[in-house]
Order: sequence, then C-alpha cells, then structure tokens
Amino acid sequence: MPFDILVLSCFVYVIFLFAIAFFGERRAELGGMGFLRSPTVYTLSLSIYCTAWTFYGAVGYGARSGIEFMTIYLGPTLVFVGWWWVLRKLVHIGRQQRVTSIADLISSRYGKSNGLGVLVTLIAVVAATPYIALQLQSVTLSFAVFASDQPVGWATPIRASTALWVAGGLALFTILFGTRRLDAKEQHHGIVIAIAVEAVVKLVALVAVGSFVVWGLAGGPGAVIDRIEAVNLPGWQLQPGRWVGLIALSAAAVICLPRMFQVLVVENIDERHLARASWAFPLYLFAMCLFILPIAMVGLERMPADTNPDMMVLTLPLAHGQGALAMLAFLGGFSSATSMVIVETVALATMLSNHVVMPLWLRLRPEATQSADLRGGILLARRLSIIGVLGLGLGYYRVSGGSAALAAMGLIAFAGMAQVLPALLGGIFWRGASRVGAILGLITGFATWAWTLFLPSFGQDAVIPAQVFAHGPFGLSWLRPEALFGTAAMDPLIHSIFWSLTLNAAAFFAGSILSFPDPVERIQGAAFVNAFDAEAQGGRLGWTHGQAEPEALLNLAQRILGEEALTFFEAEARAQGKEGYLPDMTPAFLTELERRLAGSLGAATAHAMISQLFGRATVTVEDLMAVASEAAQIAEYSARLEANQTELTRTARQLREVNEKLTQLSVQKDAFLSQISHELRTPMTSIRAFSEILTEGDLPAPQVADYGRIIHEEAKRLTRLLDDLLDLSVLENGAVQLNLGLAHLGELLDRAAAVASQTRPDRAFRIERDVTVEEIYLRTDADRLVQVFINLISNARKYCEADPALLRIAIRHRAGRVTVDFIDNGRGISKENQALIFEKFARLTDQTKAGGAGLGLAICREIMANLGGTVAYLPGQRGAAFRVTLPLRLERSAA
Amino acid sequence: MRRPRQPLFLARATYRRRRLRDAARLVPVVGAFLLVLPLFWAQGGAGPVVVFVFLVWALVIGLAALLAPGLEQPDPPQNPGGDD
Amino acid sequence: MAGKVLLIEDEANIAEAIRFLLTRDGCQVEVIGDGQLALQRLRGDLPDLVILDLMLPGASGLDILATLRAEPRGRAVPVLMLTAKGQERDRDAAERAGVSAFMAKPFANADMRAKVRELMGQG
Repeated sequence: MPFDILVLSCFVYVIFLFAIAFFGERRAELGGMGFLRSPTVYTLSLSIYCTAWTFYGAVGYGARSGIEFMTIYLGPTLVFVGWWWVLRKLVHIGRQQRVTSIADLISSRYGKSNGLGVLVTLIAVVAATPYIALQLQSVTLSFAVFASDQPVGWATPIRASTALWVAGGLALFTILFGTRRLDAKEQHHGIVIAIAVEAVVKLVALVAVGSFVVWGLAGGPGAVIDRIEAVNLPGWQLQPGRWVGLIALSAAAVICLPRMFQVLVVENIDERHLARASWAFPLYLFAMCLFILPIAMVGLERMPADTNPDMMVLTLPLAHGQGALAMLAFLGGFSSATSMVIVETVALATMLSNHVVMPLWLRLRPEATQSADLRGGILLARRLSIIGVLGLGLGYYRVSGGSAALAAMGLIAFAGMAQVLPALLGGIFWRGASRVGAILGLITGFATWAWTLFLPSFGQDAVIPAQVFAHGPFGLSWLRPEALFGTAAMDPLIHSIFWSLTLNAAAFFAGSILSFPDPVERIQGAAFVNAFDAEAQGGRLGWTHGQAEPEALLNLAQRILGEEALTFFEAEARAQGKEGYLPDMTPAFLTELERRLAGSLGAATAHAMISQLFGRATVTVEDLMAVASEAAQIAEYSARLEANQTELTRTARQLREVNEKLTQLSVQKDAFLSQISHELRTPMTSIRAFSEILTEGDLPAPQVADYGRIIHEEAKRLTRLLDDLLDLSVLENGAVQLNLGLAHLGELLDRAAAVASQTRPDRAFRIERDVTVEEIYLRTDADRLVQVFINLISNARKYCEADPALLRIAIRHRAGRVTVDFIDNGRGISKENQALIFEKFARLTDQTKAGGAGLGLAICREIMANLGGTVAYLPGQRGAAFRVTLPLRLERSAA
Repeated sequence: MRRPRQPLFLARATYRRRRLRDAARLVPVVGAFLLVLPLFWAQGGAGPVVVFVFLVWALVIGLAALLAPGLEQPDPPQNPGGDD
Repeated sequence: MAGKVLLIEDEANIAEAIRFLLTRDGCQVEVIGDGQLALQRLRGDLPDLVILDLMLPGASGLDILATLRAEPRGRAVPVLMLTAKGQERDRDAAERAGVSAFMAKPFANADMRAKVRELMGQG
C-alpha cells in the first residue's frame, strides 16, 4: 500500500472526526442533544480505557504472557458490574459538587485545599506523560510499519516528525473542542461524540482483524481453542501474585486515571446512564479481548521470530496481503491513540489550569478578580496547559526514544495513578479521612512508586545507578528499589504496587486519625460521605457573615460564567421574590454560586475567589458548631413537632368524639324537653278547656259530673307525670335513698300483682307463679323492687292482647343472683322496638291505652341499676318477656 | 446531624428494591471469587483457564445486565439515599 | 256557625272538649283518633274544616296534611293544626305543607272558637 494513500486516508479520517465533533458541539449548543445524551454514547466514550496500548499492546502482552493480559480488562469489569459500591456514589458526588477533575474532587473533599489539587495534578502529569508518549509512539510505529515494506524495529527516519505532526494535530483538536466554551460544568459534547465514534472504529477494526485471523488463517474458532489448549509457553503460566495484583491494579486505575474520571464522572450527563454502562462497558471490553489471544497465537506461529508482537495487529494482515484490512486496523489504532490523548489532555489541562496556572495567576495579580477578563484568562490557561501536556508527552517520547515495550509503560502509569485511590475511596466513604492523611498518603505512595517502579523503568544507570539497585542507597540494602525491606522474591511490578499502596494507605490512615480537620474539610467530608443524604447537603455554612456587594459578585460571576451568570442571578432573585433586582447574598445562594464557579475553576480556586471578595478565607470552628447545633435543634424541633402532631391529632379526635357526644346529648335533651312539654300540655289542655266550659255554668248535671271527672283524671295524670319525672331524675342522679332490708320475694310479687290489678281491672288476666321457688329472702329495697314488678305486670295487663291473657313469672336463683322473668303470651315486641322501650317517653301504642307518660320502663331501668341489677327485654319467648336480675344480698356500697 | 428516622419494616416494593441492590453488590464479589479459582487448579495448559475466564466474564456481564434496569429507577422520595 | 268539622285528635278528653264546644256553636263534628283512620276518611267527602293534631298514632299530622294537599280538591280545605310543642321546626314544616292556622295547646276556648269561625269564613 502506498504510503501517500495512508497519509491521505488518515487525513480524511481526522477531518471526519473534526466534523463529528463540530456537529456534536452544534447540537449541544442548540439544545437538541437527542442521541448525544444516550447511555450508549456514554458507554462508548468510556472505551477510551482501551488505548493504543490495548489495540496494539494487548496482542504483544498476550503473546508474551498469555492469559495475563486479560487482568487489565477484568479489573474494570468487576468495578463496573459492582457499580453500586463505588461508581454510583462517585458519579453522584461528581455531579452534585460539579467536580472538574479527579484532582478537583480530592481537593474539594479535603477542605478545598489547593495544595492537594496541585499534588494530585503533579502525580497525574508524571504518570500520564509516559502514557501519552506511548500513544504517540504507537502512531509513529504504525506509520513506520506502512512506510517500509518490511516491519521494522524502533528506529525509523520519519519517526520524530510523525510524532510532532500527530501531537500538533491533537493539540489543535483539543484546543478547538476542549476550550471552546467555559461552561459551568466542564463538559465537552463534541469530544465525547468524537471518541464515541472512535470507539466504534477501534472495536470494528479489532474484530475485523480477529475474524480474519480466526476464520481466514487459523481455520475457525474450534481450531483456535484447540491450539490454545495445546499451547505451553513458559510465559503463559498463571502467576497468582500478578493475576490478583493486576486485576486489583486495573480496577483501581479505571477509577483513578484522569481520562477515565473525565468521561466517567465529569462528562456524565445523567446518573442513570451508569446502569447501562455497568454491563455494556464490560461487554465492550469482552469483545475487545475476544480476538487478542488468537491474533497473538497465529502471529507467533506465522510471523518471523524477530517481529515486534506489539504490531501484529497491523503486520499480520499486511503479511497476508490484506491491505484494506491493515488500513482499517491502522485507523483503529489511530483512533485508540488519539481519543486517549485528547481526553487525557483535556483532563490534565483542566487540572493544570485550575490548580496550578489560575491560582498562580491570581496570586501574582490579586486584582485580577476585580478587573481583568477572567474568561479569557482561564481559557488561555487551559490552552497553554493543553500545549504543555502534549509538549511534555512529545518531549518524553523524544528523550526516552521508546525505551520499553508498550505494555510495561501502561502498567507503570496505572500504578502511579492508583496512588490516588486511598484518598479517593477514604474521601467518599470515611468521614474521618483528613487532608493531612491524604497529603501524607499521596506523597508516600507517589515516592514509593517513583522509587520502586517509575525511576527503575528507565533502566539501570539511567536515573538510578546500578549500584543502588544492587545494594540500596547509601548502602541501605532494605531500600533497594526492587526489594524494599528485603522482599526480593516479588515480581518487580507487584512489589511496587504492593509497597506503594500499602505505605500510602498506612500513611493516609495514620495521618487522618492523628490530625484534626478544619471546618470546611469537615463540612465537605459530611457532604461527600453522605452524598445521598439530602440533609448533609444543607450548604447553610459558608458565607454567613459576608459583606460583599451583590454587584461585585455578579461582576465576578459574569466574567467566569458569562451569560449563565446573569440567568442564575435572575433565577435566584425570582426565587427570593425580588424579581428585577439583584438577589440577597444568602448563604445558600453563595454556596450554589461557589459550586457553579467550581464547575469552571475547581473548588479550591472558586473558594479562594469568593473569599477574596469577602475578605475572609475560612469558616471558624464556632461557625461549624453553630451550624451543627442548629441542625441538631432543627432535627430536635421537628421531632418534637412530629410528636406534638400525633398528640394533637389524638386530642382532636377525642374532642371530636366528645363534641359528637355532646351534640347527641343536646339533641336528646331538646327532644326530652319537648317531650315533657308535650306530656305536660296535653292534660293541661283538657283541664283548661273543661274548666272553662264548667265555668260558663249552663250545663246539665250529668255532663258537669263527667267533665269534672275528666278534669280530675287529667290532674292525676299530671301529678303522676311530675312524680315520675322527679323519680327518674333522682334515680338517674344516683341520689336515691335506698331503704335496704330483708324481703320475701313471693310477698313482693303478691303486693305488685295486687296493685297492678287496678290497671284495666276489667280484663281477664291470669298470672302463673311457682310459689315454691319464690321462697327467697332478698336483701334489697323492697318498695323500689315492687315498683319495678308493678310496672312490668301493668305493662303486661295493658299490652298483652291474647285472650285469655297469661303472665308467667319464672324465678331462678344462682350464684348469689336472682332472676325474675315476666313472660306473657301476647305478640311480644318487635326487634327494632326492643332497644327503644327503655328510653324515656317511648310509647309504642297510643296514649289512652298506656295512661302513662312512657317513663315506666325508663324508671325501672334506673331502679334496677340502683339495686345493683338489671332489667332487660328477653327475646325469643314468643310473648313479651322481661328479665329482672338482681343480687341476692345488696350491700350498701353497691347503692 | 441525625439521620431521618426510617421505618423498621418496608413496603414490599421498597423491600424488593433493597434486595436488588444487595444482589448488585454481590455480583463483583462472585466475579472475583470465580476469577481466583483457576489459581488453585492443578497445573495444566492455559486453554481451560482461558475458556473458564471468558465464561465467568460473560456470566457477570449477564448478571449486571439483568440487574441494571431495576437499579436504574430512582428512589421514592421518602427514602433518601437508601445506602443500606 | 254551621258546617262540617273533621277533628283528628288522639287524646279523647281534648277531642271531647273541642267536640262539645263546636257542636254547641252549631257545627257537625266528626272525631277520629287515629292517623291511619283519618287518611282513610279523607278519601271520602271532604269537610269544611279539618282540625288536626300534630302528634298522632298511625300517621303524623304532617303526613295527613301533605296527603290532603296533594289532591286538587283538598287544597281549598282549611286546616287548623293543634300543636302541643309549639316548636318552630314543626311549625315551619306545617307551613310549607300548607297549613291554614295554628293553635297551641292549651288554648282558650274563645280563641279556638274564633279561629274556627274565621277559617270557616264566618268571622
């Protein structure tokens, strides 16, 4: 394949990427994100994990170490399928706090400390620079493969200029799409869509090459598996330490690598996308890995022994005359390299400008917050940082000259960046993690990593003299770079990971438990650890005693956020009910403003800027305690309110019940009064009418006698009624004077029957009694009991319609209680009326027949209550039946 | 700052959601366990290990894909966080 | 004063007093002591005046009044209602049902006779 065509297609591809990125930016600006917002794009953008190191290096790695290459992808798989542990919280915090980079997250968590931001930035740059160099190298190498007819070694004449061109192009792309705007949130839709497209290209390319190898060269998957089963290379043996260690390392890396953090957290648009990515991203890795071993095996078999295994993805198709496939593979590798470099550069440039350049600038020119064009300044810092990062990568590449195999470089970068892990995990899960601990841990881990892995990677005598390798610095053999504390038996990589992370974590822990965090740190700690707890996000603390003018603040915000600042201020003013004016500088508003500024500048710088306006940088412990106690008071108060609420509800219910009862009573009382009125007026009417008639005088004598009798009758009725009412009132009030004594039940019944016989004396009425059981002596108020008996017998005489009428009086005596049943042979009382008859004025039939006011049974009931007994209707006896129950011996207390 | 009091027992839907999260937390543990197993196999060729690792890989991806839709739904409002 | 008066009153003594007074004034007085019987009676030829007790066994005075007023021929018949309670609630209901006049118990004989005369158009 002519080299010119390769360069041309490469150029066309780059233009295509520019177009896609431009399209993405435009769509984002117009607001119509559509597909750009989908979880698929998010998942694809995560694939920058697979750099040229995967695309080219994995085959080389697989050829050298067999299955071990898979550890690099198994670690991320475990992290992603276990997203509910760490990633969910990380992404949530990232969005909540508007985190711009991993350095910003660490710095923000530990009290918005810019020192920590600088430290993490430093680690990231040191760890990433060789990695960027590695990408440039891979592109250069792949060009070189095409440039000569024969696969060549590391040195090609055009190497240097290729790398320069590539770096320049990438710088242009990154500056164009990475610093187009200064958003409240550091998101780059153009870049994300471009790397999503590149993700597809590299997967398609690798799968295409793999398919060609499996079906075209090896003779199908069965044959490949057979060959893998048969393989017995010395390097392919599973080494337990490296297997576990590398899975853990790659798991840590996928969280900590600046570019991964960028796409995973910073560029995340919707937290729910993580759910899709949790399985789709591992699936992508799975697909990428599927053909690595077959390619490696076939390559080892078919290619000359001196072939660089890192380039087999390209050289295998080329050697078999598949120019187009090789071209596709080249573009896949190119995509892997460029997408990684772009995102890594953006991430590192954000860190550099937010944590190094901007703070320096503000330190050197404190008046900048007041006057200068901040937006321009920030963008310039960003662009310079991009050029700086790429320049560093290029410089490293030139200086190192491709000193090591690709895979080794990648793992060194992983191990370096993994030093952030203890501070990161501690920061989001442990409130006790403190800035001092984080700084100590990072420095310890970074130094250990540099001493045991990074510096030795340049080779003996390059940085560290061979003498030191053998005997340790200053003859301290326990500090030998590859045998700390004498652990010479460990694999050098595992040795470094083990010691750096162990010492790192130990220093982090010790520093945390021995130090006392300052208030901002404690607030941030609470906000991060309890990220899902709305209460911890209170944000009441911060700028409580500030005296900044809103104008100055708006001025500052506008110079950083642009138009958005005004929108934000207006929205806040509206929320405060001050539309058309500037909002009050409430603590909540200032906290939110700081968060938005942090979205552009990082938490530390934003904090510093606002504090410049406010003239004080920190909150005091007293402020913190005030907020804490305020929060506690509010919690206490609301708990009390809640309790009161329950109490109130209960009281209200009781009141309602009482009210209902009272209303009912009042209705009953009204009804009672109107009944009494009626009962009194009825006899009065007759008496008045007839006495007037009699007064007129000209009546015949028999009529005078008749009318006189009526008056007498009605007068008696009136008296009886008044007696009954009085009786009832006395009984009801329990003020009755009981006259207790021994009485013979049979005698009492005799007396009652005699009196009752005056009621409708004309009727034939028989009373059936069993005299033998009546031989009972009761201790009770005899007169009152007789009154009840009279009433019941009279009622039977009045209402029993049977002919001949018969009343049976049955007596039982059991366990100190006596029951007397009065059962007649009439029609009885209907069920609905049974409940009514004991009410006052409840007369079931008409007046004349009853001849009473309808108080009889009501009085009986009250009497029986006073006598410690009851009177009740006895249903199911065919006729009307009443049962009187009373104690054999009534004691005084019962009265 | 005290946490808001939570009810001792949960409604059925909430309960199911909690258990789903437990399952989600368990997936990487299962994966890690299975990936460590080949280390203890009697020495043999690399072939079976490769096949086994790919199978485990596919299994955890499948499990995660199975659980993801249920976990995607946001919490009902009365249950902030639900970290446990 | 002549005319037919239907007296619906369950208290025999009160009914006797009214009957005596109105008969002496020249009216033909028919006494019914039960609500149901009164309803039956009102299906026949109508009297010139109905004197109605509010509280009756069988059917209440209000029921009887409503039944009477429901028929076109019963609308013209004057109805004098006797109330013992004198409660506003019952008076309102009776007024809505189309009562002609009220008479509270106990009453002065002269007032009662004057009212009857007035209602029979002879006052």
